Amino acid sequence: MSKTIIIIGAGLAGLSAALQAAENGCNVKLVSSLPSERAQSVMAEGGINAALNTKDENDSPEEHFTDTIKAACGLADPNAVWGMTQAAPELVHWLLKLGVKFNMSGYDDVDLRNFGGQKKKRTAFAQSDTGKQIMTAMIDAVRRKEASGMVERFSHHSFLTLRLCGNICCGCVIRDEYSQETVELPGDAVIVATGGMHGLFGNTTGSLSNTGEVTAELFRLGVPLANGEMIQYHPTTVKCGGKRMLISEAARGEGGRLFAMKDGKQWYFMEEKYPELGNLMPRDITAREIWKVSHESEVFLDMTEISEEIISNKLSGLADDCMTYLHKDIRKEPVSVLPGIHYFMGGILVDEQHRTPIQNLYAAGECCAQYHGANRLGGNSLLGALYGGRVAAKSACEQADVVELSCATQIDVPPASQISEIKQLNKVMQETMGVVRNENTLLNGIQTVQALTGNLPLLGMAVLKSALARKESRGAHWREDYPKSNDDDYLKTTVARFDGKQIQISFVPVPERR
Amino acid sequence: MVYKIRIRRQESQKSDSYWQEFEYDGSKNSSVATVLKELNSRTPLKDNSGNIVTPISWECSCMVRKCGACAMLINERPRLACSTFLHTLKGSTITLEPLSKFPLVRDLIVDRSNLFENLKKLNLWLESEAYMSSRTHEPRYQSARCLMCGCCLEVCPNFSANRTFAGTVAAVNAFRILNEEQESTHLNEISAEYKKKFFEGCGKSLSCHDICPIGLPVEELLVRSNAAAVWGK
Repeated sequence: MSKTIIIIGAGLAGLSAALQAAENGCNVKLVSSLPSERAQSVMAEGGINAALNTKDENDSPEEHFTDTIKAACGLADPNAVWGMTQAAPELVHWLLKLGVKFNMSGYDDVDLRNFGGQKKKRTAFAQSDTGKQIMTAMIDAVRRKEASGMVERFSHHSFLTLRLCGNICCGCVIRDEYSQETVELPGDAVIVATGGMHGLFGNTTGSLSNTGEVTAELFRLGVPLANGEMIQYHPTTVKCGGKRMLISEAARGEGGRLFAMKDGKQWYFMEEKYPELGNLMPRDITAREIWKVSHESEVFLDMTEISEEIISNKLSGLADDCMTYLHKDIRKEPVSVLPGIHYFMGGILVDEQHRTPIQNLYAAGECCAQYHGANRLGGNSLLGALYGGRVAAKSACEQADVVELSCATQIDVPPASQISEIKQLNKVMQETMGVVRNENTLLNGIQTVQALTGNLPLLGMAVLKSALARKESRGAHWREDYPKSNDDDYLKTTVARFDGKQIQISFVPVPERR
Repeated sequence: MVYKIRIRRQESQKSDSYWQEFEYDGSKNSSVATVLKELNSRTPLKDNSGNIVTPISWECSCMVRKCGACAMLINERPRLACSTFLHTLKGSTITLEPLSKFPLVRDLIVDRSNLFENLKKLNLWLESEAYMSSRTHEPRYQSARCLMCGCCLEVCPNFSANRTFAGTVAAVNAFRILNEEQESTHLNEISAEYKKKFFEGCGKSLSCHDICPIGLPVEELLVRSNAAAVWGK
């Protein structure tokens, strides 16, 4: 009898896992609170990295590997990153066969653009809505599997908790958000692909439906959180509708320049400080520079020098967004920007095969900590979701044991967090987990969060304690009281674990390159 | 500026609907989604008569016109709450209602499953590798941008959720598949379904063209899909 794989989340990682599991002959139950069209993956703009080398720059997957590890400041599993960067060119070609409308150049080469932290053109893109275009093709492909019965969708269903027998997962419990009915879903493996912990902050560039509640429930059940303090601030975001709106890195990849006013003149501070990569330094560094400069002067992103041809062929979505939401014509005037929370490098602890420490439980996409270490390269998130979903599904189909639930299930679902408590949590997280952190504010934050109840504050506490414990600066984690990095003690993964009473923080070595 | 927000609320399909009013004192540049988000962050949420009421159920995800979740009737016209700004609406009273062509779930949430089911019934997937003609790159790209929000079906005089007619959303999405599929048997299957579920039911009112919240070239995609599926071009 074929195995049943439950996938929680129908964004890019979830769809990728669903296609792979169906390919491997497994039955897939695909659970999501909203349709795939609403997933955060459709918001990804800039592109997907792959060393396709279509620009005669002598690029290679090895260089993609080196750039990714360097940006990650040593915290990413090198074997996992090697696998991802080697697979990237084939994955993009596979997406082309699925019908993704990448921008093309020449006869039939995939066009590539410059992106932060990479000297060579390596980012394949479809205008400035690459995520949407990839998702449409993936949804079309999964629709075929739905029609053949290999994939069964549980739309408008939310994850409540796992079905656990000791340390073995044998399915989960979900709730129909339309009827409020609770459904027990037995399965041979569960793959969690539920996105980042954006709900801890409430004002990120991400989707409002990425609440972090699933990660929080898993954390409560004892699943460890890795590198929770590694939170990416995107350098160029704008306040919009009570959250942040992203201005894609593609803007700088296509020639956009950052400046501030100094002595009445435009000061292109990134170009002055970092002559080699300039406006395209990795995101952690660019965000920190903007943050520093912004104390003296407003910081602007100037896209007025980009040609009309490039704007209409490669950045039309971005130009429309700025017009609609900021009332700015990027062709004519610069846009005021500040860093904003964009991506969670940290998340559910997984190994190279995307296994969590709970048997038959896997995680992929932004919800897990893999590939990006202390700082993610732009263009590696779509790649990580696509590749990670595949790896998780392969592992699940090959390794998951068919377990009959023999022990009595104790399914206690904790009550949802109160709106007023989430508001308090959001405020603390925003104030303490900024671009720059220090012990005092972290300790104050911890004290406030201690008084809150529920899963989300518990997860927030794990993030705060991780940030407190890492007494050094590395990648996205900048401690003004410990401004240097300390490889002896902290070239390691931060692991937060909840034992039912307390949160324990430990540091474990990053796997060595085979 | 102070706005009066009138919201049609309904706990479930079985219960009766009623109007509830709220006051919103904020920028005229706010989107309707920003207003709803602000209302639901009030603890407690009180209506204009001072009664404490439950948070308003509505669907949202991206807040920047990329996901189609927040489609609703705003002043009786289907739009996305995230990209409808107060200053573009007439007067200082704004009415919010759920889309009327889909089964109601709760408040402003409707069950749009039918949209997705129809694409499955039309066999909209590829069985071959995609044939990527550079000549049709732009319309195929536009076809793949569809948010599946349902605004075009709300204004369609021929669409209702319990009929066979799948509406413009099917024609818009069909184009990329009709253009890229190389497997002729599957192409014929799609064409046959397309005729039944779209072409024969469309009254060509084209009310769908102007309503699309992301400005898709709906008419062009419809003409191109008809040409491919019905006229074999």
